[in-house]
Amino acid sequence: MKPQPIVDARAVHKHFGALHVLKGVDLKVAERELVFVIGPSGSGKSTLLRCLNRLEEPSSGSIVVDGIDMLDPRTDINHARQRIGMVFQSFNLYPHMTALGNVTLALRKVAGKSRAEADRLGRAALERVGLADRADHTPGQLSGGQQQRVAIARSIALEPRVMLFDEPTSALDPELVGSVLEVMRSLRESGMTMVVVSHEMGFARNAADRVVFMDDGLIVEQGPPAAIFETPTQDRTRAFIGQIQRH
Amino acid sequence: MTTWDRFVDTFFNGKVMLKYLPDILWGVVVTIELAVLIVLSGLAAGLALALLRSLAIRPLNWLIIFIVDLFRSLPPLVIIVLMYFGLPYAEVSPSGFVSTWLSLAFVLMAFSEEIFWAGITSVHKGQWEASRSTGLSFGQTLMNVVLPQALRLTIPPLTNRTIAITKGTALGTVVAVSEILGAASSAMSNSYNPSPLMMGAAAYLVLFLPVVILARRLERRFAWKK
Repeated sequence: MKPQPIVDARAVHKHFGALHVLKGVDLKVAERELVFVIGPSGSGKSTLLRCLNRLEEPSSGSIVVDGIDMLDPRTDINHARQRIGMVFQSFNLYPHMTALGNVTLALRKVAGKSRAEADRLGRAALERVGLADRADHTPGQLSGGQQQRVAIARSIALEPRVMLFDEPTSALDPELVGSVLEVMRSLRESGMTMVVVSHEMGFARNAADRVVFMDDGLIVEQGPPAAIFETPTQDRTRAFIGQIQRH
Repeated sequence: MTTWDRFVDTFFNGKVMLKYLPDILWGVVVTIELAVLIVLSGLAAGLALALLRSLAIRPLNWLIIFIVDLFRSLPPLVIIVLMYFGLPYAEVSPSGFVSTWLSLAFVLMAFSEEIFWAGITSVHKGQWEASRSTGLSFGQTLMNVVLPQALRLTIPPLTNRTIAITKGTALGTVVAVSEILGAASSAMSNSYNPSPLMMGAAAYLVLFLPVVILARRLERRFAWKK
């Protein structure tokens, strides 16, 4: 028997008013898998990601993450979200707190750790992203790449079962992208299940288990990176891959 | 007598000043009491309304907006007079002190609610999302993430408004509260000499200058470190 997928989304629809953004998306993600979601802007990939932890409320469909029915009104959504880390394009660090403060807030308020225990776990998480020496800096004193790594630390400190990355390097200067990808690669090596929406095709090629191509609210094609990038079967995939590889 | 001597005799008459000094000092005490009460209750109520408003319950928000707009449009003097002379017809007779306190507290509540609300809404949506995505509840996010940021933004407009409304304690004169201005003007009519008014002016300066300076330092302290 195949093991239960960690993420199991079925027939997910999302309407924003008259706009039909997701038109019945199915996505399964297995444990320790890194799934890369690509597609033109407006294809619904970010919306899909945001539906997975219910930052966006799907209009219909079902989403089960780590055995928890995310759309069941009886589900304690705050409890469920602890197990789903999310990293945003614009970092969204809390500007009034230090790096350590950012990482420990949910540890204390949600996971119920004491301050000392939260600090210990928080420092360990910062260590993992290579920023142990920046624990007492505020976001304003950190570079974009460092801020994004703190944001990753903020999520992994809670020991999530799956991590969602929403264009994590799109807001970064090119020379800062590498440090963030490096952290993502080491996360992957530690066995983290990851769903990544990104345009970093090089990273997708050598780190992803599977690439999912979305267009117009639907998954058009998916498969191993080599297959999607070298021998796409769908015209739309071919056109998109051709466009991004010209740059 | 030179012109200067006559000026001093009129506006800074030592004998008159000495005689009415205790009255003015009492006025200072009353003004401080009023000011502290107005600031504490007005800001607390304003913040409470802004927090209620963030729950986004439609009918409740309409009510809040109506109350806030009402108290922002009415001149404070009108509210004080209505409360002092009008409420007795409803079998409630607040003293002049209570009327002044509550009226100005309502006005400060209304203005500060708008300022707090503007602060809350100006915090970027991504802050909510980041916090909620780590499992913090709506209330925890509001208190730990959004409000601390919102309050920093609100400090400059809030201090200005607070000082302006607190000076409105002088309106208490109309309903026989002997705060600084009240004490000074009755001393002035008793002594046929405006020296007490000068003492009152000095008292306002002594009271409010430190507040204004403190406000400026607060603003600097809470400016973003970029």
